[in-house]
Amino acid sequence: MNLSVSNDPNAPLVRLEGVRFAYGEREILRGVDLTVHRGQVVAIMGGSGCGKTTLLRLIGGQLRAGSGKVEVDGQNLGRLSTDALYAMRRRMGMLFQFGALFTDMSVFDNVAFPLREHTDLPDELIRDLVLMKLHAVGLRGAQSLMPSELSGGMARRVALARAVALDPMLMLYDEPFAGLDPISLGITGQLIRRLNDALGAASIMVTHDVHVSLGLVDYVYFVSNGVIVAQGSPEEIRASVDPFVRQFVDAEADGPVPFHYPAPPLESLLDGVTA
Amino acid sequence: MNVLAATLRKLGAMAIDGVWGLGFASRFFLAVLRYSGQSFRRLPLTIREIYFSGVLSLLIILVSGLFVGLVLGLQGYDILQRFGSSDALGVMVSLSLLRELGPVVAGLLFASRAGSAVTAEIGLMKTTEQLQAMDMMAVNPLARVVAPRFWGGVISMPLLAAMFSAMGIFGGWLIGVVAIGVDDGAFWSQMRAAVDFRYDVLNGVIKSFVFGVAVSWIAVFQGYDCQPTAEGVSRAITRTVVYSALAILALDFVLTSFMFRGL
Repeated sequence: MNLSVSNDPNAPLVRLEGVRFAYGEREILRGVDLTVHRGQVVAIMGGSGCGKTTLLRLIGGQLRAGSGKVEVDGQNLGRLSTDALYAMRRRMGMLFQFGALFTDMSVFDNVAFPLREHTDLPDELIRDLVLMKLHAVGLRGAQSLMPSELSGGMARRVALARAVALDPMLMLYDEPFAGLDPISLGITGQLIRRLNDALGAASIMVTHDVHVSLGLVDYVYFVSNGVIVAQGSPEEIRASVDPFVRQFVDAEADGPVPFHYPAPPLESLLDGVTA
Repeated sequence: MNVLAATLRKLGAMAIDGVWGLGFASRFFLAVLRYSGQSFRRLPLTIREIYFSGVLSLLIILVSGLFVGLVLGLQGYDILQRFGSSDALGVMVSLSLLRELGPVVAGLLFASRAGSAVTAEIGLMKTTEQLQAMDMMAVNPLARVVAPRFWGGVISMPLLAAMFSAMGIFGGWLIGVVAIGVDDGAFWSQMRAAVDFRYDVLNGVIKSFVFGVAVSWIAVFQGYDCQPTAEGVSRAITRTVVYSALAILALDFVLTSFMFRGL
C-alpha cells in the first residue's frame, strides 16, 4: 500500500474542493474549498452549528462528502477502502473536545494505547516513548492517575499526548480550548503550536476562541451557512472590514449572524395582549 | 376514514421501522462475527470480559440457584408425596433445572446483571466519544470493544447456567433429604437413572448457549446503537433487559418444541 502519495513537499496536505454534505434533507456544507499545507496551523471558525465540526469529521474520514473532493496527502478519502482509511488515520491524530480518554485505563495506558495497537515495540521502548510524550505535555508525574482524577485541562493534555503518540502528519483539534481556565488555555495553545512545529505536521483546529487562535495560527477560515465566508492570515483577519469577521472578532451580539433564532414577528404573537 | 388511513399509515411505518431495525441489528451481528478474530487472537481481551460478565455474575447466579432449588424441593415434595412418589424428588428437581429453569432463569439474571452492564459501558463509551476516538486511532471499535464483550457473554452464559442448575439441585437435596427426610440414596439414584446426558443435559446446554448469543447480541447492539445522551443510554439499558427477557422466553418455547416434543 502506498501511504505517501504526494511527493511534492509544497503540495497541500489537505485539500477540499467543492465539498457538499447533508444530514438527510438538512444541508450542512454547500461547496467548501479549503487547503492546508505542511507546517501550518489553521483555524476554522464560525458560529455554533455552522458546520465546522462536520468539516473536521470529513477531513478525518468519519463522514463522506455528498459531492466534491476531500484529499489528504494526495488521497481522495471518499474513495478509500476501510483498510486504506485506517492506514491513513495512523498518520493522523485527533483531539476531541473533552479528551475522550479511555476511562478504564490509566494516563500511561491511554498514551500507550496507539503504540501497543499499531507497533511491535518492546514494553521498555513503549514506556520510554510514553514518558517522553507525557513529559512534552508536562504530565509525566501524572502517569499513574486515572482519567477521573484529572482536571479538564489535564485530561485535554493527556489526550494531546495520546494523539501525537505515533508522530502524526496531520493533527485535528475539535474545540481544544472549550471550558479551559486561562492558564490551561494558554498551555494548550502553546502545546498545539510547539508540537506542530516539532513534528513538521499540519494542524487544523475548530474553535470559537478568536483571540487565542489569532495569536497562534497561520491562517483562518470563517464558515457560515455551510460556506467559507472569509479567510486570511491573522493580520488580515484583524484588519478585515467584512461585517461577519468584525462581528466575530469584536464579539457583537447582532450582525450577519442574527441574535434571534428565526421566528414570526413578536407583534403577531402578542396581538391580543398589546391591543 | 381519515383516522383509519392515519392508523394504517402509522402501523405501516412501525412495521417498516421494525424491519429496518432488525436488518440493521443483523448486519451489526454479522460485522461482530467478522471482526471476532481479534477476540481469540488477543485472548486476554476476551478473558477480561468473561471475568466481568461471568465471574462477577456468579454470586447472584449461585444465590438465586440455591433459592430456586429450595423452593423446587418444597413444592416438589408437596406434590409428589400425594402420589406416594416422594423418592422421585431428585428426578423432578434435576429435570426441571437442567431442561428449563437453569437456562431460562440464569439467562434472565444474566441479562439483568451482565447484559445491562455491557450496554451501559458501550453506551457511555459512545457518549463520551471514546469509540469515536478509537476509530480515529485506526482501531476498529467492533473488534476491540464489541466483539470481546459479545464472546465474553456467549462463553459465560452456559457456564453460569450449569452453576445455577448444580446449585439448584443442591438446594433441592438440602430441603428434600436434609430437612424433610427423603431417602438420600433414592434421591441420587433415581436422578442418575432418569437424567439422560444427551436428551436432558446437552439440550439444556444448547439452550443456554443460544440464550447467551441472544442476550450478548442484544446488549452490545443496544449499547452501540444508543443515542449518545444520558437519557439515550438509560433507554438502551431498559431495552436490553426487556428485549432479552422476551427473546429468552420466546426462544425457550421454540427450542423446547424442537428438543422435547420432536417437532
